[in-house]
Amino acid sequence: MPDQLPVTPATTIRMPKDSNMTLIELANPTRFLSLTARILPWLAAATAILLAIGLYQSAMAPDDYQQGATVKIMFIHVPNAWLSMFVWGVMSIAALGTLVWRHPLADVAAKAAAPIGAAFTFLALVTGSLWGRPMWGTYWEWDARLTSVLILFLMYLGLMALWRAVEDPSRAARAAAILTLVGAINLPIIKFSVDWWNTLHQPASVFRMGGPTLDRAFLMPLLVMAVAFSLLFITLHIAAMRNEILRRRVRSLQMMQASQRSA
Amino acid sequence: MSLGPYASFIVTSYALVAAVVLLLIVWVAIDFRRQKQRLRELEQSGVTRRSGRTAADIK
Repeated sequence: MPDQLPVTPATTIRMPKDSNMTLIELANPTRFLSLTARILPWLAAATAILLAIGLYQSAMAPDDYQQGATVKIMFIHVPNAWLSMFVWGVMSIAALGTLVWRHPLADVAAKAAAPIGAAFTFLALVTGSLWGRPMWGTYWEWDARLTSVLILFLMYLGLMALWRAVEDPSRAARAAAILTLVGAINLPIIKFSVDWWNTLHQPASVFRMGGPTLDRAFLMPLLVMAVAFSLLFITLHIAAMRNEILRRRVRSLQMMQASQRSA
Repeated sequence: MSLGPYASFIVTSYALVAAVVLLLIVWVAIDFRRQKQRLRELEQSGVTRRSGRTAADIK
């Protein structure tokens, strides 16, 4: 159970002097639970407000001179695609936390993020496909960008299966951490696939050298939706981490109950 | 607001995203209730944590 793990020297580093909270206090699941109870309502409210603003801006955005109204799919496709990679990045940092620093909440964070990341990747694939049909004339093409994102989705599913297959969470955490770090190789492949290979997918138009190529009328709703979806991820992730901590407490109590019965 | 000849693709995309996001929110909420309920049941059966904290302390 994470709140019974030994304190390692690496987790006793002090936070900046204006804060009296130490990393070990944050690493304590009980303290984490009380913190989530306080911040989750605020995060949920901020997410709802930003999503409402983003959706309104998306609805009001003008049609593209080439794509027409189908450009509106971009406002949901791109944030999901960014988050599909961002979540794996978060899981990779958590994997380092598990393997190197043995942070008590690292594997909790990694396990909780996987289904959310899988959902974002699924949405990126499907909305991309629905955008591709009217624009490219096909739902799917086995090109580098689409295939590498599909591989990312399959890796998320594999990771979730691994967590379920190994009963002991600490053993599962180490195996999952290694798989996550190996899978992180796919992130630069996804990002640069449109530059390295000749693909149907358009090259980067926001995060690129020389600045975004998107018109402000499209860029603003896109950025608002991206921040809104990022907040959605943070909210869901913290809530799922809280659930995972409780699940481990249940498991620990069930084991205590079983040992009491057998004694 | 006219969505043009490809309105079905746009509407399907937004509906799908809304459905999956809603599913995620419901899954997280149900899972939270389920874990709290299990903790409560275990505590009622006499198994308690060493810290003495109970499911009632979790908000």
